[in-house]
Amino acid sequence: MRLEYDVAAGDFTRAGNASSAIKKALKQLGVAPAVVKRVVVAVYEAEVNIVAHSYGGHITADIEPEGISVVLADTGPGIPDVRKAMQKGFSTASKEVREMGFGAGMGLPNIQENADDLKIETEVGKGTTLSIYIKF
Amino acid sequence: MEHNTFHKALEIQPELCIGCSHCIKVCPTEALRVSGGKALLYADWCIDCGRCFRVCPSRAIRVVDDDFDNIFSYRHRVLLVPAVFYAQFEKRIPRRVINDILGDMGFSEVCTVEQSADTLVEEINGYVRGAGEKPVISSFCPAVIRLIQVRFPSLIDRIMLLLPPIEVTAQYYVRRWQMGGGDPAELGVFYLTPCIAKIAAVKSPVGGYESPISGVINMDYVYNKVLHAYKNKKYPEEGMGTESVNDAVSSKGLLWPLTGGEASQIEGRALSIDGMSNVIEFLEKLEDEEIEEPIDYLELRGCDESCPGGILVQGNRFLVADNLREVAASAPDTHIKAEEYKRFCSAYIKMDAVEPRSMVKYDKDINVAIKKMEMAGMLRKILPDIDCGACGAPSCEALAADIVREDASLNNCIFMQARFEKEGSLQVSEAIDLMEQVWGKDRFVNKEKSESE
Ligand SMILES: Nc1ncnc2c1ncn2[C@@H]1O[C@H](COP(=O)(O)OP(=O)(O)O)[C@@H](O)[C@H]1O
Ligand code: SF4
Ligand code: SF4
Ligand SMILES: [Mg+2]
Repeated sequence: MRLEYDVAAGDFTRAGNASSAIKKALKQLGVAPAVVKRVVVAVYEAEVNIVAHSYGGHITADIEPEGISVVLADTGPGIPDVRKAMQKGFSTASKEVREMGFGAGMGLPNIQENADDLKIETEVGKGTTLSIYIKF
Repeated sequence: MEHNTFHKALEIQPELCIGCSHCIKVCPTEALRVSGGKALLYADWCIDCGRCFRVCPSRAIRVVDDDFDNIFSYRHRVLLVPAVFYAQFEKRIPRRVINDILGDMGFSEVCTVEQSADTLVEEINGYVRGAGEKPVISSFCPAVIRLIQVRFPSLIDRIMLLLPPIEVTAQYYVRRWQMGGGDPAELGVFYLTPCIAKIAAVKSPVGGYESPISGVINMDYVYNKVLHAYKNKKYPEEGMGTESVNDAVSSKGLLWPLTGGEASQIEGRALSIDGMSNVIEFLEKLEDEEIEEPIDYLELRGCDESCPGGILVQGNRFLVADNLREVAASAPDTHIKAEEYKRFCSAYIKMDAVEPRSMVKYDKDINVAIKKMEMAGMLRKILPDIDCGACGAPSCEALAADIVREDASLNNCIFMQARFEKEGSLQVSEAIDLMEQVWGKDRFVNKEKSESE
């Protein structure tokens, strides 16, 4: 089953809409609470990154009986050094973003921790695509 | 579909139900439908909050309680009375008269439920200090516990594994009887309940526990009895009552059933939230990890103003709460039985983990559930999304789920009917037939009659 959402850049009030809709669906399917939690954390962080760091993007979640795969694709500046970006505490978030309580540099590490599989494809000046897989 | 595993504390009386759909709109778990002109309850989804009972305009929802005369199957009959019961009469009827009337009704002993609060405060604070994940969620309100079991299974580990005051107090009277050499079969412990959630909690408790309470009695029934006896001066003269009274209680205990009564006793930061919608709103945030400030304890109560707002409480909830506060202001900090409670009950105060009771919205088998959810998603796209309720389901989303579970059909939607009619695939008479299946024949007959008159 496929669920799809558009994500607008800069709109922090709506960041989290996609992850809560996915949460609702997984709960209704009876997926174990601990697994749902991991999905929510990973998708939420990736969703916030689209809002904070890109020009906008699209989320596609495919739910299968064995697990969920979520692809979050954005157009934006891309990530020049993925290894660095994956480090805890590393952030290029603007002052405004930080003042809103985002930009602690924990997003990507949290995604890594909660996903069973994480793939990052990124091209500087074009955009970033995260593919997250979590087993049920 | 069959939904009947748990104790049902309420029942819809078809002969009184007019199928008006007020109840289906207020249920926090969407456990009600209208079909054949009558409300139907999916008992497994019901959390016994009592909201439907409150809004029913024709009193068609009945509380399933124990037959009062059952009390006489026991030789020694203890009645556990919550403080809110007395607070309904405060200033009008002296307490000794109330107790004497309860004695006349057949109770050998009349005891205050909240006596155990003093012991509980210490236990709770110890529990909160040692808790791994916070906030700890109070185990006080059974409607909230059931809400968490059904709608927030991921928060189930936060529920405090200590018994609520009523169970601790019941344990005390059972121990005391046994230690005094009494025959267990001769003791009946009864609870005068302000709500149906407590009935369900006694009948099918959570946390691997079996309640020693022998029966539950509706507070509104006894309230009316007491009022009637008082008005007709049918009560013993002072000093002539047959019951013994154990009403020692501290200010802590008296405040416990009120909003904030529990939270104010917690060391650390505690929030008190009352009213089902407020509780749900907060739990959603907690589940989504949107609560970033540290909180140690959550006192969550299903009813507005907590237990003074219980559906079986007859007094106005604001007045009842105010009366209780006034009595508490002049009550002692602790009471003479507090030490004894500690000795008798500390071994019995814990319960096992609470089990989740997730709603099976589509199917137990995830393969089937995904397919059905996908179908429901497609149906959602054609349904009008205005949640009018005319189909007998509380929302378009609920109807879509009902359709894929084969509990309803797309034709139940009046908008779809109009469309089918326009397209010629459904005749007016067929549409009326379909509406009759939902709302019952009588409704349409009555309408025609009153219009032609
Ligand atoms: N979708 C994205 N587009 C561009 N840059 C990104 C994106 N996601 C993450 N980054 C970069 O990786 C850094 C680390 O991300 P993250 O760990 O989520 O921390 P934070 O978002 O708090 O800065 C960001 O500061 C940003 O430089
Ligand atoms: S008691 Fe509450 S949960 Fe149960 S059917 Fe009524 S409104 Fe729904
Ligand atoms: S707040 Fe009190 S009266 Fe209301 S449901 Fe909870 S325990 Fe019952
Ligand atoms: Mg981030």
